[in-house]
Amino acid sequence: MARTLFDKIWDDHVVERLPDGTCILYIDRHLLHEVTSPQAFEGLRMSGRRLRRPDATVAVVDHNVPTSDRSLPIEEPESRLQIETLEKNVAEFGVPYFKLRSKDQGIVHVVGPEQGISLPGMTIVCGDSHTSTHGAMGALAFGIGTSEVEHVMATQTLLQKPAKNMRITVAGQVGPGVTAKDIMLAIIGKIGTAGGTGHVMEFAGDAIRALDMAGRMTLCNMSIEAGARAGLIAPDETTFAYVEGRRFAPKGEDFEKACAYWRTLTTDDGAVFDTEVTLDAASIQPNLTWGTSPEDVIAIDGVVPDPASCNDPARARQVQRMLDYMGLEAGQKIAGTKIDVAFIGSCTNSRIEDLRSAAAIAKGRHVAPGVRAMVVPGSGHVKAAAEAEGLDQIFLDAGFEWREAGCSMCLGMNPDKLTSGQRCASTSNRNFEGRQGPGGRTHLCSPAMAAAAAVTGCFVDVREMA
Amino acid sequence: MMDKFTTLTAIAAPMPVENIDTDQIIPARFLKTIQRSGLGKNAFAAQRYNEDGSEKPEFVLNREPYRQAEILVTLDNFGCGSSREHAPWALLDFGIRCVIAPSFADIFFNNCFKNGILPIRLPREICESLMEDAQMGANARITIDLKKQVVQRPDGSTIAFEVDAFRKHMLIEGLDDIGQTLQHDSAIASFEQKRQKDESWRPTIVMETVS
Repeated sequence: MARTLFDKIWDDHVVERLPDGTCILYIDRHLLHEVTSPQAFEGLRMSGRRLRRPDATVAVVDHNVPTSDRSLPIEEPESRLQIETLEKNVAEFGVPYFKLRSKDQGIVHVVGPEQGISLPGMTIVCGDSHTSTHGAMGALAFGIGTSEVEHVMATQTLLQKPAKNMRITVAGQVGPGVTAKDIMLAIIGKIGTAGGTGHVMEFAGDAIRALDMAGRMTLCNMSIEAGARAGLIAPDETTFAYVEGRRFAPKGEDFEKACAYWRTLTTDDGAVFDTEVTLDAASIQPNLTWGTSPEDVIAIDGVVPDPASCNDPARARQVQRMLDYMGLEAGQKIAGTKIDVAFIGSCTNSRIEDLRSAAAIAKGRHVAPGVRAMVVPGSGHVKAAAEAEGLDQIFLDAGFEWREAGCSMCLGMNPDKLTSGQRCASTSNRNFEGRQGPGGRTHLCSPAMAAAAAVTGCFVDVREMA
Repeated sequence: MMDKFTTLTAIAAPMPVENIDTDQIIPARFLKTIQRSGLGKNAFAAQRYNEDGSEKPEFVLNREPYRQAEILVTLDNFGCGSSREHAPWALLDFGIRCVIAPSFADIFFNNCFKNGILPIRLPREICESLMEDAQMGANARITIDLKKQVVQRPDGSTIAFEVDAFRKHMLIEGLDDIGQTLQHDSAIASFEQKRQKDESWRPTIVMETVS
């Protein structure tokens, strides 16, 4: 029977199918960070259980870490305790760990692919919803809660029922200035934040094939924002070229054997999807969000919606509430809206390709007066690569801050936060109320759009900046 | 150890809003704990408190009798966003044992069962009528009977709901998933051995090579 890519990866990891259809699913990689692991380690300790596969587990600190000078101690006592707790736990249970002050440290979803830890065909989990990022490798990757983190630690498996299959086909090619972020915002805008609930979402079509790995990661990263359990892109030559030579990837003959297996990981002709969605790539514009849900997407030439034009009264109330929170007027053009902060970073958009695209806009320009603009590389290696290319100097000359790797202003749990009422052009993934700091106003957009907003002081069509 | 869930008769708090995300349920700045307990006081912090820490009197969980609510009735896509289990921990610590909504985000839905919270999916019209019941506060307690899989409204009428048989069993017995899975330890071990034999190219992450 014709199978989807998801079906194939799933079938290859079923240890046992229980009578009611629940499967014991084997997990190849377990990524840990400081926020969602302490209670799971404590659970192991309390029950006297061992960590089953330290050699399939890896830990890094990212959520809490300050992105300022790494030679300084961490001031916030609770953040320090969480980081120290992870360090104590990884030592006790023998977990490979990328230290805070090493070049290998970074955002867990940047580090995994970069180190060759996340590979095609694997099952990959982490106590973080953006684990979906690793789906770009052609791996089944999804976020789990802390109870499941403990379950994987103790058993190297999860109890799961298969998801439904969804395929998103982006046909044709995008126009100039349109990035993976714009494609993904278009998808979320179309299907909504619950559009993918219960599904694993495979991205297909020429526009997807044309994306580099960073773009594919951006797409899969935000599949959770469309409600999907996971995002997937079939591995191809672009994937294999990316993987080859990475630190923990198979080498030599093993790499050839791996590739032979990975090449089988495509959806068969005739496989049936529960849900199919198609988008025309050429119609996608540079996009951004106006509201407090990632589905509130408009093109840069669009206007903010009017609650009066909503048919559903509950939706009208919600739109009004969002306008009030965001400090926007119904019917206002989004282009020209002034910003206070530009944030380029996060597991969505902090890879070298993202920084190049922002630097291309920043080069020879300067951050607008009154705007704070920050660039936060996704890992120490991304930072070093950017510095080797001189991107740091382009940003610094343009008045951007050039910072150390971490989750930074994506989620307001480290010193990088918006203050109440500040409006931010952000390359992150969530524009929820208070996400980047209490009262902060987030507009999600691509790195190029955020850089363009930083230098002009307001949202502007990046295609006019070339 | 997880508390068993069999029946619950309690006050339900109405939250007639869609897409309540886990950042609203518990903002990230409260995730700096290394424990599961104590998060209830910061559940829904942004809606519940003013900047000076005083309560916002209009927020439902700041009003009587909803301070004692053990059930939430809400709208679509509850628990979307982050995978943080701190969200169900915060609800549980506040006293919530059951959430009723037309739909839930997958990870949150899953996390609830691991903590003895029952998430119930019911059609939107029914959630809206349960919200009308909930508006009556202490005069309108709602009963959840997990064994019979029914919600009993204050007027005595009942609404059937679906629940996965395996998860229902785990909730009713208060069982730990890990203990259950470890009963299949030999199957896991033979899966690993077969992998090692047939697919020796699969790499491991070796400690010595990591900085």
